[in-house]
Amino acid sequence: MNLLSTEPIRLLFSLLCIIAFVGVNAMYLVLAERKGAGRFQNRPGPNEAGYGGWLQPVADVTKLLSKQLMVPPEADGLLFRLAPLVVLTPAMMCLAVIPFGDKLVARDVNVGLLMVFSFGSINVMAVLLSGWASRNKFAIISAARVVSQNVAYEIPMLLVVITLLMATGTMDLSEIVRQQAGGFWHWNICRVWINPLMPVTFVIFFICMLAEANRSPFDMAEAESELVAGAYTEYAGMGFGVFFMAEYANIVLGCSLATVLFFGGWQTGLGAVPAAWGGWGILVGTGFFLAKMYALVFTVIWVRWTFPRTQFYALLNLSWKILIPVSLFTLLLSSAMIKFLPR
Amino acid sequence: MKSAILAVPRGFLSLLIGMRVTLTQFFKRTVTVQYPRQTLKMPARYRGHIELVIDPETGRFRCIACKLCERACPSECILVDGAKLEGEKKKSVTEYALDFTKCSLCGACIEACPSDAIHFSREYNLASTDKGDFHYDLMKRPEAGRKDP
Repeated sequence: MNLLSTEPIRLLFSLLCIIAFVGVNAMYLVLAERKGAGRFQNRPGPNEAGYGGWLQPVADVTKLLSKQLMVPPEADGLLFRLAPLVVLTPAMMCLAVIPFGDKLVARDVNVGLLMVFSFGSINVMAVLLSGWASRNKFAIISAARVVSQNVAYEIPMLLVVITLLMATGTMDLSEIVRQQAGGFWHWNICRVWINPLMPVTFVIFFICMLAEANRSPFDMAEAESELVAGAYTEYAGMGFGVFFMAEYANIVLGCSLATVLFFGGWQTGLGAVPAAWGGWGILVGTGFFLAKMYALVFTVIWVRWTFPRTQFYALLNLSWKILIPVSLFTLLLSSAMIKFLPR
Repeated sequence: MKSAILAVPRGFLSLLIGMRVTLTQFFKRTVTVQYPRQTLKMPARYRGHIELVIDPETGRFRCIACKLCERACPSECILVDGAKLEGEKKKSVTEYALDFTKCSLCGACIEACPSDAIHFSREYNLASTDKGDFHYDLMKRPEAGRKDP
């Protein structure tokens, strides 16, 4: 245990854990997604491989791993091979600063929030790269869509986060969680005395998170009924698999961030865990964190199987005409309240 | 201006209503039948190919070989032949061939039958790569498809 607490080894170990966490999540969230889709449509979903289909991800991964990686002729080979890595790495980097429990964080950076958002936007560049390098018209249309979509949704997302930052006064994610200690009414989403529009802030954050992760109803990048598979059209085997992993890594990241920022992270919401529990107390907190995060992930799946894909101009309208004005209003309201109301 | 602002919460409410609809579906029973392992009971009025009925009292076919079904058939897919057995007044069926490749399951033969000697089976597991498999000799498969699978 002493070896694990020395710095470079601890970091390496945590990063390995994060990679494993992302991999397992990607595998089993695909199954959860398909099972969920089944349940929402009154059918059982995959149920042939293993009991209740639990071996389905293993079968899928085996199939993807055994397929040949093809680079289309006249495609930009380097960028084409690089894009899957560039899309997955930032999501994993961001997870390094997410506090999964009290002290259970790979790297406690005091500008964690800033880091998440700076690395988070690399995702867009990677999809653009893959679309561009494929030399495929569907992929290029998809890449152009992704860029304008993400530019549009980055703005309300950041406005909402600034609103939250004014309430918390820190970018340290662990500190933000610590501020939400106590009952669930101390969670940021319930702090209506700082800003009565806090729940609205969360809704905007959630919508932008869906758009940033290219999730339905904003899945313009993959739009399978219009653009074959969008930016991923020319990818086969594990190249495609890595994009798939990155999609789910981004969902996990977005939901973790929402949990940390709005739902009190590893705080139980019922009061503090007794200090006498020691390490087990931290794990209890982690359990609460994961429960909240997976509830949000379920909501993401739920939203996907409820709403059809929006049209592209409707998507931009939603951002520029509704989300940005509303988030600007919450920003102004919250700064006015902090300025003029006694704290 | 006012309606544009009100449209936002209204639109959001409609999204929540939609999500409630799907969530109620989430907790309902699945309707899938795992076909080769599970099958549904075919409804009473399901029309499979026709088959001959056996009289439970005598244990023989009810058919009296009157050939009304053969004449009623618009697709000419039925061929009946019969003979008088020793010491009997009525004819008995000796051959009943059905060419199911032509049958359109219209039921004219069943309506025409004076002795209720034919009915629809509930057979639906029909697949073959050989056309000849659908030339049935109904004498050899009495009430084969009547049982529910």
